[in-house]
Amino acid sequence: MSVGGVGALPRRRPSRTKGKGQGRVVPGFRLSLGLTLLYAALIICLPLATLIVVGARLGPADYWAVVSSPRAVASYRVTLGAAALATLFNTLYGFALAWVLVRHDFPGRRVLDAIVDLPFALPTAVAGVALTAIFAKNGWFGEPLAALGIKVAYTPIGIALAMAFTSLPFIVRTLQPVMEELDGEIEEAARTLGAGNVTIFFRVVLPILVPALLAGVSLAFARCLGEFGAVIFIAGNQPYNTEITALLAFIRIEEYDYPAAAAIATVMLATAFVLLVVTNALQAYARRHELAP
Amino acid sequence: MSAASHLSRGAPRSGWSRFLLIGLVLLATAFVIGAPVAAVFVQALSQGLGFALQSLADPDTRAAIWLSVIVAVVVVPINTVFGIAAAWAIAKFRFPGRKLLLAIVELPFSVSPIVAGISYLFVYGGQGLFGPFLEAHDLKIMFALPGIILATTFVTAPFVARELLPLMQLQGNGDEEVAATLGAHGWQTFFRVTLPNIRWGLLYGVVLCNARVLGEFGAVSIVSGNIRGETNTLPLHVELLYHDYNAAGAFAAAAVLTLVALVTLFVKTILERVTGSA
Repeated sequence: MSVGGVGALPRRRPSRTKGKGQGRVVPGFRLSLGLTLLYAALIICLPLATLIVVGARLGPADYWAVVSSPRAVASYRVTLGAAALATLFNTLYGFALAWVLVRHDFPGRRVLDAIVDLPFALPTAVAGVALTAIFAKNGWFGEPLAALGIKVAYTPIGIALAMAFTSLPFIVRTLQPVMEELDGEIEEAARTLGAGNVTIFFRVVLPILVPALLAGVSLAFARCLGEFGAVIFIAGNQPYNTEITALLAFIRIEEYDYPAAAAIATVMLATAFVLLVVTNALQAYARRHELAP
Repeated sequence: MSAASHLSRGAPRSGWSRFLLIGLVLLATAFVIGAPVAAVFVQALSQGLGFALQSLADPDTRAAIWLSVIVAVVVVPINTVFGIAAAWAIAKFRFPGRKLLLAIVELPFSVSPIVAGISYLFVYGGQGLFGPFLEAHDLKIMFALPGIILATTFVTAPFVARELLPLMQLQGNGDEEVAATLGAHGWQTFFRVTLPNIRWGLLYGVVLCNARVLGEFGAVSIVSGNIRGETNTLPLHVELLYHDYNAAGAFAAAAVLTLVALVTLFVKTILERVTGSA
């Protein structure tokens, strides 16, 4: 799937709207736009707008009391920390994975390319129970790690692991198209001028890839912050220690504490908005500084 | 791009660093992605194939499978029509607010499924926006099938559009303009010109959307009410069996979902080979 691939492609000029839909050759403007607007309003905007209204109805003092309660703050810390760890891991691993897929040919390359999308296609709950089974005390990886004194399941490391699993494709799929456009000429030019491998990578290749990398990273980070299904099985879910923000919102709903759930959900929504703006800005920057057309 | 041009580009790499990099990536992928998938099947078969099949035949599990299929049958066509309409409007025309509309269409990617579920609860739940109206007319949306369908529709909204948009932008409007000049009607143009051009991308979008619909967990767990045998989708049923300490049963259900995911990836690979864009 092509995350963030829209702008990376050469674009031809779309039909311009003249007057009230007159003079356009391609048909279906009103129908397609009408359907899209109806759907966007009813399915996407209405629920989110309602959430914001419900959150706002709480009043500033009550709102602040909920979102700054020690348990909520602890959940932000757990979520942000695990998401940062997962994104750091995926930045290194995802970069290497995309690089190997674009630059090298080896037996099984197509299979590797296909299974990068597995975390997209696999239900998050299935990923959750599978990772828990592997990393539990008596699991395939859990047992040898426990012998070394490392505990993964039911700790923040387990949360980061589940987040890393579900968000990996975002970084790989954002980097891949840009890496494909990067042909070897610039690197060869640098080599002719006497640059070594390390210099070429850090001074030539990396600066070109940084905008796409950052766009993928912010997309993956947003995904980590919102992840629920994969995390709750492996997290242990102890308040203050291994409770993520999404779970806290879920618990407030189960307790019928709807105002508190609304307040926490708006914090998550606002964070997602901020990250979305950052991602779009980075993608626009990456487009402007594109290499060859 | 052919494999040969991949290799000829860049620096002549010394053999060992190349093999080391590829080996490390393959090893990491085996650990990170391969092991969980293998674990699902090993756990599912831990008490024999017979037990796995038996637990799938359990009435509650069968009900969960059916519910998930019904949700997919409703949601996938809705999001396919929406995806085509959105990609058509955004890729083929320029209008004020086009970028904003694109951002809104992609918004469900960034919003946590939990936030989506809670939002829908505030619209259609008992104390929600439409709660009094729904109650007065004896309509039940939350903790019932319509709620599950709505929440799943939200979470999987962008998948078809996201596949079609780059494709339509790349292809431009030339073919449609020629068809219109030759006197084709709108629908003729769509079915005879555009649809054949986008069919493989559309198919992958639909298949991926289907996998996400069947697997949706967070949003559905808020709006479903978790009534065993009634409003439990297959992923929710996995959780229920898992917490019942019926690990083999949970993993048997999980194996069904994993098979769907693997078929999805297989179809994707075939489609990429057909279109030659791997």
